[in-house]
Amino acid sequence: MSAETQHPFTTVIGLEVHVQLQTKTKLFCGCITTFGSPPNTQVCPTCLGLPGSLPVMNRRAFDLSLRAALALNCKIALFTKWDRKNYFYPDLPKGYQISQFDLPFSYEGHLEVCDPKGAFEPRTVRITRVHLEEDAGKSMHDETAGTADSRIDLNRTGTPLCEIVTEPDLRSAEEARAWLNELKLLLVYLGVSDCNMQEGSLRVDANVNLHIPQEDGRLAKTPIVEIKNMNSFRSVERALVYETERQWGEWQATKAEIGSMPKQTRGWDDSAGVTRGQRHKEESSDYRYFPEPDLVPVTVTEEQVTTIRSSMGEPPAVLRKTLADRWKIPANDAGVLVNQGPELVRYFEDLATRVGEGKVASNWMQQDVLRTLNERGGNITDFPVRPEAVADIIARVQKGDFDTSRGREIFASVVEKGASVAEVVAGMGIAAVDDSDLRALCEELIAENPKIVADVKGGKEQAAGGLIGQAKRKNPNVNPGKVRALAIELIRALP
Amino acid sequence: MPTHDDTEPKLTREDVIKVAMLARLALSENEVTSLTQELTKIVGFVSQLSEIDTSDVEPLAHPLDSQNVFREDEPATSLKTADALRSAPRHDGECFLVPAVLGESSSA
Repeated sequence: MSAETQHPFTTVIGLEVHVQLQTKTKLFCGCITTFGSPPNTQVCPTCLGLPGSLPVMNRRAFDLSLRAALALNCKIALFTKWDRKNYFYPDLPKGYQISQFDLPFSYEGHLEVCDPKGAFEPRTVRITRVHLEEDAGKSMHDETAGTADSRIDLNRTGTPLCEIVTEPDLRSAEEARAWLNELKLLLVYLGVSDCNMQEGSLRVDANVNLHIPQEDGRLAKTPIVEIKNMNSFRSVERALVYETERQWGEWQATKAEIGSMPKQTRGWDDSAGVTRGQRHKEESSDYRYFPEPDLVPVTVTEEQVTTIRSSMGEPPAVLRKTLADRWKIPANDAGVLVNQGPELVRYFEDLATRVGEGKVASNWMQQDVLRTLNERGGNITDFPVRPEAVADIIARVQKGDFDTSRGREIFASVVEKGASVAEVVAGMGIAAVDDSDLRALCEELIAENPKIVADVKGGKEQAAGGLIGQAKRKNPNVNPGKVRALAIELIRALP
Repeated sequence: MPTHDDTEPKLTREDVIKVAMLARLALSENEVTSLTQELTKIVGFVSQLSEIDTSDVEPLAHPLDSQNVFREDEPATSLKTADALRSAPRHDGECFLVPAVLGESSSA
């Protein structure tokens, strides 16, 4: 990551991001776009490319992509059309992809990314264009089965995709990852896409090369490489770090500069941690784009743009500030909350409204809700303790029924038991378990859970959370905070 | 205005071979020769259009004088899998079968 400080060059990175739009149906037909359905159950003559079928544009897909473009500060073309991108591949039944070539509906935007810890300077990344196109299907080849066939599932064919292309404005792998996080957050907040990388709703290709100043003052540029097959933002970061080093080594060996060879595509192999050469990238003219005769152009009015803009809500960058102002919480608190996504912000604002004090609510969010959520995994919308229950606990603390640390124990207990606050408080005999009983219980748990013990010893203190449920089953009156603290203490004392 | 000879496009054998490759067509040597001649004539014929001065003409995006045709985002019934696969040369009841595709999907 600190390649730039080790080596005398600038890393130059541009990204191409595809996101699946959150529509119910495909771009040109009424087939639904549910992920993970049995193969070829969401197909029709249009998305199968059968003769005589005609595409009709999904209005919501167009509106969502317009919303994305506006959020990315793009200029909106008031006249846009679609084009055929011709290539042959079994997952593309028509033999062409309907995309946008020379008149995309938006262009020249930008999105800024900052690092809260100041690892890099705030970076404004220019957006070259955002356009709307259709996805291809999926081809599967089971090499272990030893068959000569690939299997084709066309459920994904025709799913609406927003393609976002940046200028080569990023300067490190770390920046690229942070920028992608910001982009994802923005698109999730706007309801444009769920950006779920595991399900392929967000896909990233990266273009990277090095600019190396020469002694004569000239700037040497290494050949641009496009990296594909990166399945997480972490993979993107790792692939870029790897590729930067690889190109530096290549430069020192060959002094090959941009233009000396065709643009290269390399695939990221996540388990091996390397990029590998793929086919040479076809020139764009090889796709023989021509205007799509089956779709008429689309015009957009200034009024439409204004309407969409006014319905968009606050993008994360603005929300960080307004949330901090609205609830009088530190900027860092607001950043943490906003970065967790819109549902968590809704949870927080619900809680803060009930509590009436933003800072108190934020403390409970950061210390209890978020930590428990991270330990348990899952989504805030499925979190068993709702804002009213947290507000109830806080109200009892504020009333003086018990102190904050006892309140937090009650919170943990509500999480564990799935009971109401009143039930937990009523049934609480937490103090009744004396210290020697507690110690015996913890020693028992430690003996029974070598994996957790090893994790805790290895520095993963949150693993101790796994003991609490078991402790509760052994003795429902036990104080979870004490179990955790004592267990960790005992584990640390182990040889 | 340019003369016809100036705009006569030259189509080479290499052009034909490249286009055939992109179209996944296997051409014999003789076919390449005859297609080079025929395509040169066709392109030459069409290129007569370039004699017209179009500097004041708006590019035409679509021959129909129609715009903004949309459908609402409402699900419609899809085909049954068996019907979707019916006209494929080969399938396994679930997926279309094609000769081995190695490497990743084309993925737009």
